[in-house]
Amino acid sequence: MGLEFDFGAEQPKLVMLLLGVVAFLAVVGVMLLLLDRAPMRSRSRLHAAILLAPALTLLTIGLVVPAVRTTLLSFMSGDSKTFVGLDNYVWMFSQPEALLTLRNTLLWVVLVPLLVTGIGLVYAVLVDRSRFEALAKSLVFMPMAISFVGAGIIWKFVYAYRPEDADQIGLLNQIVVWLGGEPRQWLQEPPLNNLFLIFVLVWIQAGFATVVLSAAIKGIPAEIVEAARLDGAGALQMFFRVTLPSIRPAVIVVLVTQAIGTLKLFDIVRTMTNGNFDTSVIAVDMYNNAFRFGETGKGAALAVFLFVLVAPIVWYQTRLRRRVQ
Amino acid sequence: MRRLAAGTIGLALVVTGCGSSQETPQATGGGDAASAECQPYAAYGKHPNTKVTIYSPIRDKEADLFQENWKTFSECTGIKITYEGTGEFEAQIQVRVDGGNPPDLAFFPQPGLLARFAKAGKLKPAPPEVEKLTDEGWSPDWKKYGTVDGTFYAAPLGASVKSFVWYSPKMFQENGWQIPKTWNELMTLSDTIAAKGIKPWCAGIESGDATGWPATDWIEDVILRDLGPDGYDQWVEHKIPFNDPKVQAAVDKVGAILKNDKYVNGGYGPVKSIASTAFQEGGVPITEGKCAMHRQASFYANFWPEGTKVAEDGDVFAFYLPGNDTSSKPVLGAGEFVAAFTDRPEVKAMQQYLATADHANGRMKLGTYVSANKGVDLAGAQNPIDKLSMEILRDPQTVFRFDGSDLMPAAVGAGTFWKGMTAWINGKDTKTVLDDIEKSWPKS
Repeated sequence: MGLEFDFGAEQPKLVMLLLGVVAFLAVVGVMLLLLDRAPMRSRSRLHAAILLAPALTLLTIGLVVPAVRTTLLSFMSGDSKTFVGLDNYVWMFSQPEALLTLRNTLLWVVLVPLLVTGIGLVYAVLVDRSRFEALAKSLVFMPMAISFVGAGIIWKFVYAYRPEDADQIGLLNQIVVWLGGEPRQWLQEPPLNNLFLIFVLVWIQAGFATVVLSAAIKGIPAEIVEAARLDGAGALQMFFRVTLPSIRPAVIVVLVTQAIGTLKLFDIVRTMTNGNFDTSVIAVDMYNNAFRFGETGKGAALAVFLFVLVAPIVWYQTRLRRRVQ
Repeated sequence: MRRLAAGTIGLALVVTGCGSSQETPQATGGGDAASAECQPYAAYGKHPNTKVTIYSPIRDKEADLFQENWKTFSECTGIKITYEGTGEFEAQIQVRVDGGNPPDLAFFPQPGLLARFAKAGKLKPAPPEVEKLTDEGWSPDWKKYGTVDGTFYAAPLGASVKSFVWYSPKMFQENGWQIPKTWNELMTLSDTIAAKGIKPWCAGIESGDATGWPATDWIEDVILRDLGPDGYDQWVEHKIPFNDPKVQAAVDKVGAILKNDKYVNGGYGPVKSIASTAFQEGGVPITEGKCAMHRQASFYANFWPEGTKVAEDGDVFAFYLPGNDTSSKPVLGAGEFVAAFTDRPEVKAMQQYLATADHANGRMKLGTYVSANKGVDLAGAQNPIDKLSMEILRDPQTVFRFDGSDLMPAAVGAGTFWKGMTAWINGKDTKTVLDDIEKSWPKS
């Protein structure tokens, strides 16, 4: 049954597909025609405009319009029918549940970039030029290949709980039991459970930081290192006076990308606790409100707030890049 | 809503998003199949070269059985039936209707959702024949859920009974335990079992993004018993606030079981382990002798480990979760309703056919199925639990009420109520939880 393909039944979809292809060809055709007809003198400006038009149009439809619409929706009620002013924002900053979500997001966004960069940096320095560098780096990089949802499921098993008298299936509780302790329900004990979730993301991302920072360390000119050595710099002095200042741009890039990635974090929390037990973050709350609870207004307000949080970081990053160039 | 999901997500814990939809066009019938076979369908008339589309949350094997069942109807009347099952019915039906592409018929598992479409003027009122069949076959309680603002829209289809307690007949017999007939007897029995060193109850409420729903079923069952059917309706319609002292007392009554470390969580650990135990595994310790009772709907029959015999003299069976006394029988349950978006003659014929006891009888012959239709032949039930469910549903003493979380606004019924109960199990006190749910009730 599953393998049969009934062209008759799929006809409307095929027609749509055909229309899409034709429309695409038509747009490209019109563009080329316009480019050809455009007067030669003012060529550069006009041509740029024609070539940019499709991209700008798509950007408007796909980004600008939804952003404006989301902002408008955030001032509307759950069913998007009545104007409620700032109610949704008041809700966000007054309800204990929502405040908890904001606190958790703050916790994530402070801890994850710091831990990821810190661990990655120390690791990169430690394995630099050692005999096992390649192996050590690939080991820490490997979790990067695992999706967030996959990592969430894996770590859910690591933290799994079974009663004392039963066989433990979770690694962490098994270790605790071996050491003579009692098994605990790690994911159900706020606020500690947030740290257990945060650790999962650090586990995934540390490899990224290691690789980027390790490459930066290798880029430090050998003369500088040698000069410092000759001047009698110790290991700590080397790190703080030579290595760190030399790779500062790379460190900032890692910090910034991690901060943005963490702000919009969704998968790990949803997979492991679905925001229960005081572990929700903004993106999870946004999704639940907008798509599951029929509270479009609240969901939109959370989305806008998330945008407001990410915007300055993005702006800082672009400025930084421009300066580096 | 979770009743339906349960059947399909049961085995696939990791299924996320992306519901697969299957579309199986029925064999076209010219309307001239063997006349003897077609005799029962003569009343529906001939509708050659017509087509009816059905959109439904029922998928896979269950869906195949439905289609197998109406094949003869299709051949005899000449109506080609296109059935589409989806894992994301709640969201997708809205998209289909808004996009101007509604199906002819839809199987709604939530009366609340059905009412939303009825109020928006998208549904066609049920034809008089369907209303007549419903009056004959179902109790007024059931008809009410297909009625919106006095207009009757949808006849019930399948049903499930949620007020069941699963137990091991062997364990009960060996210990001389009797099946409790009242709530007090149930609590006394729990104490007796606990005194023996066995945890009397086990439960699991983890269910992915629907975590918490089995706990809300517990609460609904007790509210139905303590506040009575009218009180239950008022609570569902938010005429009684969620943090009312009466509601609080009912939740605490459940807490006396679910948050009592002497009673739970057999086979899984302390109270908190309820929140992390998958609902599919909630009752399994009964088969290992580590737990005596598990409150879960009739469909839990599908979740026992392979080789477990479900029967009154088998490994596991269920008894009716008793009321406060024996005089009335409040029953919590769920089901689907068949609503029409169009009113072409062939659509009406199909709608009428689905409301008959013949359809239910035929469907029952093919596989496990429960209908609340009083005309259904009980002898055709596939297993003892189906039979018991139908006996309870048609018992004149039975007061049936639909799963309340399916009737409440989604923000509460599929949101804060589930989440609240999860937090409650994890240690939050009753009052805080109920206050939070009350605050989340949509104002408009």
